[in-house]
Amino acid sequence: MYPMPVARWRPGSRLLYKLSLPCALLLWLLPLLAVLVTSIRSSDELSAGNYWGWPEHFSLVENYGTALTQTPMLHYFWNSIFITVPSVAVSIFLASMAGHALANYRFRGNLLLLAIFVAGNFVPVQILMIPVRQLTLALGLYNTVLGLVLFHTAFQTGFCTLFLRNFIRALPYELIEAARVEGASEWAVYTRIVLPLVRPALAALGILVFTFVWNDYFWALCLTQGDDAAPITVGVAALKGQWTTSWNLVSAGSVLAALPSVAMFFAMQKHFVTGLTFGATKG
Amino acid sequence: MSTTMSDKAVSVSRARRKAPAPLSRRRNRAALLFLLPGGLLFAIYVIYPVISSIVLSFYNWDGMTPRVFAGLDNYRELLHSDTFYTALKNNVIWLVLFLLAPPCGLALALYLNQSVRGIRLVKSLFFAPFVLPGVVVGLVFGWFYDPTFGLLKLIVGHGVPVLGDPRYVTYGIIFAALWPQIPFCMILYLTGLTGINSEVIEAARMEGAQGFKLLWHVILPQLRPATFMAVVLTVIGALRSFDLISVMSGGGPFDSSTVLAYFMYDQAIKYYREGYSAAIAVVLFMIMLIFIVWQLRRLVRSES
Repeated sequence: MYPMPVARWRPGSRLLYKLSLPCALLLWLLPLLAVLVTSIRSSDELSAGNYWGWPEHFSLVENYGTALTQTPMLHYFWNSIFITVPSVAVSIFLASMAGHALANYRFRGNLLLLAIFVAGNFVPVQILMIPVRQLTLALGLYNTVLGLVLFHTAFQTGFCTLFLRNFIRALPYELIEAARVEGASEWAVYTRIVLPLVRPALAALGILVFTFVWNDYFWALCLTQGDDAAPITVGVAALKGQWTTSWNLVSAGSVLAALPSVAMFFAMQKHFVTGLTFGATKG
Repeated sequence: MSTTMSDKAVSVSRARRKAPAPLSRRRNRAALLFLLPGGLLFAIYVIYPVISSIVLSFYNWDGMTPRVFAGLDNYRELLHSDTFYTALKNNVIWLVLFLLAPPCGLALALYLNQSVRGIRLVKSLFFAPFVLPGVVVGLVFGWFYDPTFGLLKLIVGHGVPVLGDPRYVTYGIIFAALWPQIPFCMILYLTGLTGINSEVIEAARMEGAQGFKLLWHVILPQLRPATFMAVVLTVIGALRSFDLISVMSGGGPFDSSTVLAYFMYDQAIKYYREGYSAAIAVVLFMIMLIFIVWQLRRLVRSES
């Protein structure tokens, strides 16, 4: 293990290390803590200038209640859900099929297709902006949740295909051969052999893509206008514009916007990290 | 078990009855069908737009009236635009300073790669900024910098209008952007560190290697895959930076904090200069192409 495990340090240094951890953490999360504290601070205190001290009254219910009822935050929140969940589900499903095709079938152009998926992943999204916007307008999907879902699904399918292809490639090919020898159809090979084996990868990918899509701001700006289909990231930015002095409300909105991603991460940390670091240990 | 057996028996007999197409052709057809839905969607929403943008960059277009062929005019105009150079310069600053994230992430990973009680939670909490939406990070730091009541004022003692001053604004935004990027690199390195064979480290220790020497000659070479990922993804992150700039400064003051990605968006959405905007996107694409080609070469090498 590197660095030297603390168990082998001198007791004094060990104690110092353990004491340093909470201090470093506090410093690191200071901006976040400030938001959390402000989100439960009352408006009176803010107008009295108490921005950073410990709040005298907690108005948690009041602030979040106002953010949810007086502003369209709840509406944005649901939009985000309706955008994110289908995008994640469909892109992972499509990518698992495409990844299976690229990993387990030999055909001409296989590597070329993979290269296109890889290249597509590194493309700066700005080069897609104008055509995707026009396409969405032409389909009559501008300013709809579906318009955003379609784009996110397509874009994330590329990323997921690359990821899943590599994962499926690492599975023992003999399993597929054996199933075929026993007469399984190609579809059965996919649903009964490949899918169950990639389930951990699907979970990892699902969480990762969830946070990508949930946190998106650029595409929401490009493909929506006004409140109808705007997700919560746009909502929070708008809230900041409209309620410039109500920092407690903006903070409450920010917390709401961040909550699902953060909760998802803490609930399924192991999967998340597996997904994220796939490729960091080999290749 | 018995159901799967009978299923297989059914499919075998069905295959015999239909006198199947040659095996290779049937497999190719299956592969095609598996690829089709995902590939089609990807082609429509990613491949076609790239080509379409490149074509559009040779036209003048306001998004409504018919487009007019303009040859290289858009690019020529770009080369004479001050904002373009500001954006380019800022992109370089982003790239250079953003590359602090891998070494900082490594330092953090080394600091946290211990097994004391509660370390898992500590690691997760350090990582938390990465999962925050960019918009929220932007708001949080915009507030941190606020010259009238921000935390920075409390620390420095007097208000510094970081986001209102052309000299500081880009650095202020990059500082905010590093906050989620560093833990991302940290997690890559932590995974890398767990993957290192501990016998190698012990052997090196027996040989007398210690501290920084051990890190440099033994640990870092073993962490190469993690370093590669961290650098590539950080570079891409730097070139893609948009959310924070949009939320924190809107490219301002006086376009001083704009980057190619934001400049392009601004021209298309605010000024309806779609062709010009596409040309900016193409320039950004060309810069990124270096990394795409690099990545593809690795891919081809590892596959053959």
